[in-house]
Amino acid sequence: MVNLPVPPSSGSASAPHEWAVLPYDLRFPSDVRFVERAVELVVDRCRSAGFPAHALAFNVRVALTEALSNAILYGNREDENKAVRVTANITDAGLVLEVYDQGKGFNLDECTNDPTRLENLLREDGRGLFLMRRLMDRVEQVSNGHNMVRLTLRRT
Amino acid sequence: MSFAIHKEGDVCVVSVEGQLIVGNRQELKQKVLDEIERGERKFLVDFIQTGYIDSSGLGVLVSLSKKIREHGGELRLTNLNEDLKTLFELTKLDTLFQIAETRERALESF
Repeated sequence: MVNLPVPPSSGSASAPHEWAVLPYDLRFPSDVRFVERAVELVVDRCRSAGFPAHALAFNVRVALTEALSNAILYGNREDENKAVRVTANITDAGLVLEVYDQGKGFNLDECTNDPTRLENLLREDGRGLFLMRRLMDRVEQVSNGHNMVRLTLRRT
Repeated sequence: MSFAIHKEGDVCVVSVEGQLIVGNRQELKQKVLDEIERGERKFLVDFIQTGYIDSSGLGVLVSLSKKIREHGGELRLTNLNEDLKTLFELTKLDTLFQIAETRERALESF
């Protein structure tokens, strides 16, 4: 089950930005069919928190989709008994998204190919980490008892 | 998100409504493969109603491009918005695909 956020009661006079939209913490089963909805939930929260709309519309949507896909497909090997977790926050560094899975982790540099090289152009895979790195300002991988990828995008 | 397929002359036009991402890429692939099985050879993918595409979506387009070519067919893409153009440029897939600005120009190019 996706733990959907609970909005304020309909009778509340509070505008959306007045309730605590961030930090946001979402967990869902390792099924790629949840990815689009999870991305929309995170983007909605970040938009409500005032993060620039254009960056959310493209860079964040694509990069977060990649991170969640990798967590499900390669981290949790599509085991629906394993959860994927994503957190979103805005800090001094900008928008910080963290994606956690229950896999063994990976080496970010070793796994990042250059899909623009002629010999890679016809490959069907191998563009995910490359896109994350091109669309976000910073991509980090942390294996510290759990496997986590942190995406950071400065507010522009 | 859904994929609508219709014929314009002898061209199979595939409209991508919503996202083309990891959760639905196989659906698009299967629909086009079914059309190839039925004997269709000219394909145009129209992105006018598309939000965003991820690396899985790009991978499926590469896969279909190869499959269509193997069957002696042709694939064109059209109506990429600025963000989607950026995506194809970043990955240099703009050099692999024939991309037309409008559906009319794409149809004329077959």
